[in-house]
Amino acid sequence: MSTNEIASPANVIGSKKRLPPEVSILGVLIGIAIVFEILGWIFVGDSFLANKQRLSIIILQVSVIGIIAVGVTQVIITAGVDLSSGSVVGLAAMVAASLAQTSANPRAVYPSLTDISPIWAILAGLGVGLIAGTINGSLIARTKIPPFIATLGMMVSARGLAKWYTLGQPVALLDDSFTWFGKSFNILGFPLPLPVIVFLLVAVIFHIALGYTRYGKFTYAIGANPQAARVSGINIGGHLVKVYAIAGLLSGLAGVMTAARAASGQPGMGVAYELDAIAAAVIGGTSLSGGVGRITGTVIGTIILGVLTSGFTFLKVGAYYQEIIKGIIIVAAVIIDQHRQNKRKKA
Amino acid sequence: MNGTGTMEAAPAGAAAVNDGYLLEVENVRKEFPGVLALDNVQLRLKRGSVHALMGENGAGKSTLMKIVAGIYTPDTGTFKLRGEDIRLKGPLDALEHGIAMIHQELNLMAPMTVAENIWIRREPLTRLGFVDHGEMRRKTAALFKRLNIDIDPDIQVGTLSVANRQMVEIAKAVSYESDVLIMDEPTSALTEREVDHLFTIIRALREQGKGIIYITHKMNELFEIADEFSVFRDGKYIATKASTEVTRDDIIRMMVGREITQMFPKEEVPIGDVVLSAKGLTLKGVFTDVSFDVRSGEILGIAGLVGSGRSNIAETVFGVTPSDAGTIELFGKTVRIDSPATAMKHGMAFLTEDRKETGCFLLLDIQENTQMAVLQSGYVKNGFVKQKHLARDSVEISQQLRVKTPDMAEPIINLSGGNQQKVLIARWLLTKPKILILDEPTRGIDVGAKAEIHRLISKLAGQGVAVIMISSEMPEVLGMSDRIMVVHEGRVTGFLDRAEASQVKIMELASH
Repeated sequence: MSTNEIASPANVIGSKKRLPPEVSILGVLIGIAIVFEILGWIFVGDSFLANKQRLSIIILQVSVIGIIAVGVTQVIITAGVDLSSGSVVGLAAMVAASLAQTSANPRAVYPSLTDISPIWAILAGLGVGLIAGTINGSLIARTKIPPFIATLGMMVSARGLAKWYTLGQPVALLDDSFTWFGKSFNILGFPLPLPVIVFLLVAVIFHIALGYTRYGKFTYAIGANPQAARVSGINIGGHLVKVYAIAGLLSGLAGVMTAARAASGQPGMGVAYELDAIAAAVIGGTSLSGGVGRITGTVIGTIILGVLTSGFTFLKVGAYYQEIIKGIIIVAAVIIDQHRQNKRKKA
Repeated sequence: MNGTGTMEAAPAGAAAVNDGYLLEVENVRKEFPGVLALDNVQLRLKRGSVHALMGENGAGKSTLMKIVAGIYTPDTGTFKLRGEDIRLKGPLDALEHGIAMIHQELNLMAPMTVAENIWIRREPLTRLGFVDHGEMRRKTAALFKRLNIDIDPDIQVGTLSVANRQMVEIAKAVSYESDVLIMDEPTSALTEREVDHLFTIIRALREQGKGIIYITHKMNELFEIADEFSVFRDGKYIATKASTEVTRDDIIRMMVGREITQMFPKEEVPIGDVVLSAKGLTLKGVFTDVSFDVRSGEILGIAGLVGSGRSNIAETVFGVTPSDAGTIELFGKTVRIDSPATAMKHGMAFLTEDRKETGCFLLLDIQENTQMAVLQSGYVKNGFVKQKHLARDSVEISQQLRVKTPDMAEPIINLSGGNQQKVLIARWLLTKPKILILDEPTRGIDVGAKAEIHRLISKLAGQGVAVIMISSEMPEVLGMSDRIMVVHEGRVTGFLDRAEASQVKIMELASH
């Protein structure tokens, strides 16, 4: 049904005139992959790309970041920022895990709530994210404090809550019915982990929501010109609460997936994920000044981060060097992209 | 006069069943911290009429309109729309009541398309609840056809010229099918041809029985389009009259409360040697082979339609966008001007066209705004700013220019347009320029301040400064310039001497 919507002539005509901005960032992705392929043959004597297992791992590694990045992209489009995603991942992972323990665990967090349906763990994790996001959004909408500050506060407090929840202890021995959500499935001979499927599903849903619904139009309008949005009758505060709540919800979902995949909840989960998510969005062409950005770009940005990590590991580059080079490449990718877009605008 | 006007109005409004009054606004008062912006003002708008609001900047016109459009909440006031009392809760409420406003500062979302901008919050939806882009495009095309506007609905608003953005804004307001349309200086960015187009649209809307409130500073527009007008001064309502029963001078008297005898006090001053000589300046795709001389004491006017390349030439001379070809000679020596810093080093100053975007540091105070340009070249010793000395000179120059403010620590955003402009001129005068480039020096500022700025320009020329002045206002170009250079589509189409120049001759050179 909705596929008909996407293929409607609207976009086709628009794209005839100008290539979508994702094309250039896709070029960056392909470029990076080719560089690794060449270096692979030179230094390792093996192909980087022709390896199903590796391709699957690349996207699995970044699918959690990707889920967060989809929410963060929407926040950045409104000219905001969400620094709390990583901490919310940790808190949601802890809470979800605590409701997914088996009775085999003598020191379960809630001994009376073991061996219950995984639905409760998932709902609790999502609920934690939704509440955190709603608090972020309400703070920004009501008190008019900058999103940077509001979400910085949430980042610190949520991390504290995650540690306080079990006084710093990890939550282990999770039920198989819950860890199933971190497992892989063979689809057409390709090992596809469930987190990847969830990531792609989330990306498709919000690609449609941003491009083809009023929710999306309002999101862009607020970021592009809040005054214009206001005089057009948009309830800015109300909409921002929705956007931040959704970002929080997606962080909660990422937390659930993290706990399921690791088969445990740890208070340190998700540290610095918000920065990777912001990097993915920005590499993908989302403008920090608001009004510009697309989920397709963010997905490509997310995959670029995955390819970098995987490629460095493949080339056996040391962890320290990896981080140094990754930082440089993130900045370089954005410079190249901006440069190209400026050139296109002039032409 | 003010008193009797209000007295007469009160019983009439109560008794008559407001025949034909679309909107009646009474006793509106609005206080901002420290300023009484509106002091018991009134306004009555008839169906099928254009009602102009006149007054100097700071008179309260825009504030009143923002109240009518639901953007500000008044402290007191009664509002009747089609004879019924209304109380607006916000801009959305106003739109739903059929009151739409075209804002002075353009309120569009640059990264979004034209169609998205127009139908925001009212997007046509498919049965599944998705935005119907095809239908949205059709509706935009139909609207544009009706208004005779030629803009691609799918193009990004950010890529449009200011004039086209204005047209989009107008189309958006019309699309609400509102009964009351408020236009706040809609022509400030339009060329004459576009103004004619706008007036055609306005007349058509008037035919349909809509009421149009039209804020303007331009007297000729008032006589051309308005049926009635109301004058405001310092937040007070002065009078409402039919535009047929008054003269230009009557209106100016009402607006400023005093006579302005000399609008363009151009003084004859001795003209000296050539100080700036541009030869064959070219900026690819923008302008080609532009050559001109300016002498000390001379005012060179640059006329041309918006988009003809006028401002670009000024920007290139000042080094904002260095030229691709051609040379600039300053005081007889060829100088490669590759940045504004270089231009300033050679005694140039440039008052930009867009006060808000490229002039004011809106959040900084008057002192900080005034000293911004001179710090490049002076008042610094061992890395420290000589603030005391600088403050003394800044105050002195502000007083000379008669900047109206309680003190220099006032944020510039709180000043009226005319006063902001004076601060920006003060900024450049502090650098003691020998060549002064002015791009639309009096755009959007009131009559009183305008005359003061004109007097100032004249005085500077008298002191031997070479002035290059770009202006869209014919009377200003004709009244102030010693010579006029006319630009059309990036080429110089002619020079006119003060004696031979006329509006007709300029228009002939400026169009084809």
